[in-house]
Amino acid sequence: MLRFVGGTAIALPLAACGAGGGNENRLRIAYQQFGSGQVMEDYLTRVIEQFTTERPEVVVELVPIVAAEHDYFTKNELMMSSARTAPDLVYEDTFILQADVEAGYLRPITELVEAWPTWEAVFEPGRTAVTADDGEIYAVPTHTDTRALWYHSGLFEEAGIELPWAPTTWEELLETFRTLQSELGEDVIPFNIFSGKAQGEKASMQGFEMLLYGTQDTLYDEESQLWQLGSQGFADSLDFIRTVFEEGLTPNLGDALDPNVGETIYNSWLPEGRLAVNLDGSWISQNWIEGAPGEWPEWSDVMQLATMPTQDGADPGFVTLSGGWSWALPALSSRSELAWEFLQQMLTVENMTELAVTDNQIAIREDIAAQEDYLGYSPTVEFFTELVPDATYRPAYAPYPQVSAAIQTAMETVMTGQGSVEEAQAAYDEDVIGIVGEDGAEQAG
Amino acid sequence: MTAATAPEAAAASTPGEGREPDRQAPTSRTVRRGLPLVPAVVLLLAFMAGPIVYSLYLAFTNRALRGEGASETSFVGFDNFTQAFASADFWNAVGLTLLFTLVSAIIGQNLLGMALALLMRKANKLVTALTGAVVIGAWILPEVVAAYLWYTFLGDEGSLNQVFTAIGLPPQDWLFSVPILAVSFANIWRGVAFSMLIYTAALAQVSPEVEEAATMDGAGRIRKFVSVTLPIIRRSVATNLMLITLQTLSVFGLIFIMTAGGPGTSSQTLPLYMYEQAFSYGQLGYGTAVALLLLLIGGLASLAYLKMLPEEEKS
Repeated sequence: MLRFVGGTAIALPLAACGAGGGNENRLRIAYQQFGSGQVMEDYLTRVIEQFTTERPEVVVELVPIVAAEHDYFTKNELMMSSARTAPDLVYEDTFILQADVEAGYLRPITELVEAWPTWEAVFEPGRTAVTADDGEIYAVPTHTDTRALWYHSGLFEEAGIELPWAPTTWEELLETFRTLQSELGEDVIPFNIFSGKAQGEKASMQGFEMLLYGTQDTLYDEESQLWQLGSQGFADSLDFIRTVFEEGLTPNLGDALDPNVGETIYNSWLPEGRLAVNLDGSWISQNWIEGAPGEWPEWSDVMQLATMPTQDGADPGFVTLSGGWSWALPALSSRSELAWEFLQQMLTVENMTELAVTDNQIAIREDIAAQEDYLGYSPTVEFFTELVPDATYRPAYAPYPQVSAAIQTAMETVMTGQGSVEEAQAAYDEDVIGIVGEDGAEQAG
Repeated sequence: MTAATAPEAAAASTPGEGREPDRQAPTSRTVRRGLPLVPAVVLLLAFMAGPIVYSLYLAFTNRALRGEGASETSFVGFDNFTQAFASADFWNAVGLTLLFTLVSAIIGQNLLGMALALLMRKANKLVTALTGAVVIGAWILPEVVAAYLWYTFLGDEGSLNQVFTAIGLPPQDWLFSVPILAVSFANIWRGVAFSMLIYTAALAQVSPEVEEAATMDGAGRIRKFVSVTLPIIRRSVATNLMLITLQTLSVFGLIFIMTAGGPGTSSQTLPLYMYEQAFSYGQLGYGTAVALLLLLIGGLASLAYLKMLPEEEKS
């Protein structure tokens, strides 16, 4: 009798588990929920409605992960590392994608996407970003962002600089900043480039890499699959940083090293005309739209855009770094087929256009970039979308976050004048060897 | 577990304890007395022992959240520890942690807490109540709120600089120029209430007669404090020092919000270093090894304080 009772007590939870884990019609979708934003939830809810009208037996469960950048990656990775918690679809930053592939968290989907007509519409840099070292495709990119120079046309007119401004080399850039400095005096900061550890990834991506990828050199050689040391481009980029800080063309060090200087720039310096040029991302105008904390209705008249020139004007004449997000299928999920069907519904032209417009995104697909709704949603979207086909993605392999930190340290060394360009570069090279080992890096050139 | 150790404990204690009146069933009494502890022990084992053993294991592996270490976890022996000892960033973090603990806990909270407790003994009730309320108010604020208050206070356009400008002083940039001192001040402000409360309670137990006698013998204020009051409350001092040291060694949120360990690594104490390695870089094994080293520092500090107590008081 006792044994029987014990038996049922144990059997019950097991049966419950089986039902939960084995239900072929239950989809779990994980995405980042940061702040009070509703855009993603609204979008997914809409897709669920569409999908379940035709497939009423399917139940979709949303798993919003409430976390800031790195914590989102961490929580997501922890969920994907166990079959009991792995979602069926995950929203992945392309920045972390390669590292998750290497960790074995994701399922290759090359065959699926190649049989899917829409894949043709994805811009080349987007496809490269979701292709891993092994040549397989692991995710479908959804949107991207690009970077350029935002400049305050009012201040440029005041300084007597001809508009539209279109610098073609670093030297021209510096000349403009010097003109701004001498014409407008101390009250106006000519130029902001995010730099130093306090700015985190912003400094590496919006700052340093926008310089480095305009030289002949790179951080990582895709062919040799080795990190590059001692390159001339790296030294030149550091020297550019040193120059702008040394000549006082930038915010003072206290501000430049304040982790929240971004807020100050968007909410006060630019609207108040205290900063002339800001090297930044395509999304920053969302700080000025109606209802935003830094609401600034005149922004689209005042703020103009120029592409970031390459060092000597080499082709294609500008440089832009791209990030962006993608949807991937975790390796431990048992419902990948259903997840792929659902994902196709999520990625229809109508659904993605609506999402791009509500979320201030830059499209990574030709078919969406051609939609009138998309092109009309913001005065800057056309400019930034045109940069996408020539965009550069970061070498987002597993060691990248640490390499990025080493870049920020090198930037900080030269911006504060604690060390020379040579010393900063030598320290960076040493850091990189420490991170990837002697076998993972090579002398550039 | 209780059942296994109780008889031994009882057997060991019975022969020597002649003054015990209840000699019939010492074993059952010990069991009876031990029973209420069982839930606590079970909870500790379930929720503490597991994670501790697991983290000991992690510290000797290359376990990572992403990249190669995530697909294949293998034992790497003492690699994580040798890597830490060879890393300049690690030693920087150790130095800053010790400096932060010394300045903000051992000197700041401890001495200021003692001073407040002494002054409040002399002050009238209204002043005592007001001071107590203000100091304890700082203590009960959540860490995040306190940290943000200090960030806005010391920030470039913060309230302190507005005061400075108003009275004609040049503005300060301590969050940038001396970040470790800035966070230390914030930690003193936040934590002084604890020391003050401990010392207020300790001083209340010093009987006025002893101090009066010292006064009659011609001892001055300082002499009286050093030779009479302090020896009487020395156990409270040691306890307080131990507790605030351990608390301060592990402060994370306050620094994370005020400076995020920066600029550069100039306020990156061990808990922030550990977080960066484990969660920003995904190196769980290495991060855990650093955590164990932090635990070791805490353990050494506790031992040092225990040594401070005279032999007969260690029981």
